[in-house]
Amino acid sequence: MAYHCVVLVKQVPDTQRITGQVMNDDGTVNRAALPAIFNPEDLNALELALEIKDRFGGRVTVVTMGLPGATRVLRESLYRGADEAILVTDRRCAASDTLATSYILSCAVKKLDHDIVLCGRQAIDGDTAQVGPQLAEKLDLPQITYIEALETLSGEEITARRNVGNGWQRVKGKLPVLLTVVGDANAPRVAAAKQLMKYKKARTRLEIADEIRAMNPDAVEAEMAELIETRCEALEAKGLLIKHWDLDYLEADLAWCGRNGSPTKVHRIQSVVLAAKESKDVEPTEEGIAGMIGELIQDKIIA
Amino acid sequence: MIDVNREGEVWVFAEQHGGTLEETPIELMSKARHLADTLGAKLGVLLLGDAVKDLSQRLIQFGADKVYLVEHPLLEAFQTNSYAKVILDLIHKHKPQIVLYGATVSGRDLAPRIASAAKAGLTADCTDLQIGNHEIAKTKEVHENLLFQIRPAFGGNIIATIINYDRWPQMATVREGVMPMPEPNVNHHGVIVTETAAVGQDDLPLEILEEHRRAKKVDLKAARLIVAGGAGVGSKENFKLIWDLANCLGGAPAATRPAVDLGFIDHDHQVGQTGTTVRPSLYIAVGISGAIQHQAGMAQSQKIVAINNDPDAPIFNVAHYKIVGDLNEVVPRMIKAIKEKSIKD
Repeated sequence: MAYHCVVLVKQVPDTQRITGQVMNDDGTVNRAALPAIFNPEDLNALELALEIKDRFGGRVTVVTMGLPGATRVLRESLYRGADEAILVTDRRCAASDTLATSYILSCAVKKLDHDIVLCGRQAIDGDTAQVGPQLAEKLDLPQITYIEALETLSGEEITARRNVGNGWQRVKGKLPVLLTVVGDANAPRVAAAKQLMKYKKARTRLEIADEIRAMNPDAVEAEMAELIETRCEALEAKGLLIKHWDLDYLEADLAWCGRNGSPTKVHRIQSVVLAAKESKDVEPTEEGIAGMIGELIQDKIIA
Repeated sequence: MIDVNREGEVWVFAEQHGGTLEETPIELMSKARHLADTLGAKLGVLLLGDAVKDLSQRLIQFGADKVYLVEHPLLEAFQTNSYAKVILDLIHKHKPQIVLYGATVSGRDLAPRIASAAKAGLTADCTDLQIGNHEIAKTKEVHENLLFQIRPAFGGNIIATIINYDRWPQMATVREGVMPMPEPNVNHHGVIVTETAAVGQDDLPLEILEEHRRAKKVDLKAARLIVAGGAGVGSKENFKLIWDLANCLGGAPAATRPAVDLGFIDHDHQVGQTGTTVRPSLYIAVGISGAIQHQAGMAQSQKIVAINNDPDAPIFNVAHYKIVGDLNEVVPRMIKAIKEKSIKD
């Protein structure tokens, strides 16, 4: 049996490799100091979907919600073997917390055939691990979180091993189902040269519009629209037009999107200031170290 | 979602597996007690399972005013859907103002499912909780006595305080090890409120085939003295230095994430944002540069000794004793000094 897999991915700032001040003086996050990357565990979710496709056939559709620039992770997904990629982008998505995000993503997934919905366990910018379970609830699907191995898939039956922190658990469930995948589950494949050559020209309509405007700064609006249309049609014919969906297309209830749909609000953000403590320099000599140990014993830190 | 209400209780989900209470929700009981006292509200705990009533008394000793006890054979093993359904029913019935969960694997699996169904806010992995007021900048409208949900974000580089004032309950999961375990108080009184569970086989979409839970190889949270090694230790063989120093102090060996990733020591020993948060009397950091993710797990230690050959290593910013030098020379000298001192005394 072939399966329709839908993988939710996110472009995130690389919080592990920070190259400068993270906070601007005005208290906002300095995104320029944080290069954007494919969220690591989403690559594990994509890999699992691709393994399912390799073994059983079917389709892998990748969906991301983000700014138009997030199309990069969609192209990377296509290079790795995804069949289709969809960008959900809309200004009205801004300031969505996990609840609003999961609602918007659920509207997108409902537009797609889905036997198995896959997410990375969590994204490295928020580390919340909330969107997967929230999306499962909105889609009324059972969830199997923290998957470290997919054991069997047969007809509509799935068995998987979960990492439960202090051990593991093997569970059996029925499709359709939502899975969240941990980093240990697999080693994500790299981009395949053939797909890279094919999809490096894949674009969203938004990107095409930007490129054409940049190349034809003097063109009038009607002319521009025609150029964009022609170019998009040509891409679509080759299967290289990446779809982008807005909230109108998703028929999303705006009351549950963006700031309105987000019950959590930020009260305050503080940069982590590591307070300099009263400290002593200790010489790395026998005397220096013996002196320090003596003090620690005297202070009853060491018994 | 439920309406904002000031009469609501403060709740903690008392997670148990096989009749054993998880530690993380217990750790947050003293904080929850404090929040409830500040608000003048009762502290309730949710105890779900099959034949788990015996755990109620312990929960009362840890500070609960009420134990909402829900026993049912189908609740014997934790499953997301069945537990979420029972807790949602309780939320709608009793309208608590705050619901807290331990940020365990089960807590992080369950709480978002409940939040989604309740259309309520949820903040993950809090390291602190407080009660405070929030003024909306535009309207100057002040919301009083909200739950401040404080957590690191962007890989630990910022600390965010999250609130929710228009849709309740206010919910959060709380990180393991960030709050000290309360002492049980045998004189604290509480009541057991027995609730019935409206669950059926349909609420158990998964079948648990096999489960293996093991005790951690090391209890870093309980260790008074910790010796931690980083990637700077160089190799698994050289990591013996860390074990030797820990043994000679009667302390626990620990490590940074890079040292664990390099295979120097098992993950159970990892301190930091993705490991255990510790607060020992003495933390000796050996060959640790001091990434912010690591500091998040150890900066609360009473005394910190740092050994690094790089004088600019960030770990020195949080150290009380700074030793710039080669760990291969410094650690043996420490072992020698400790042995000599303890013989003398």
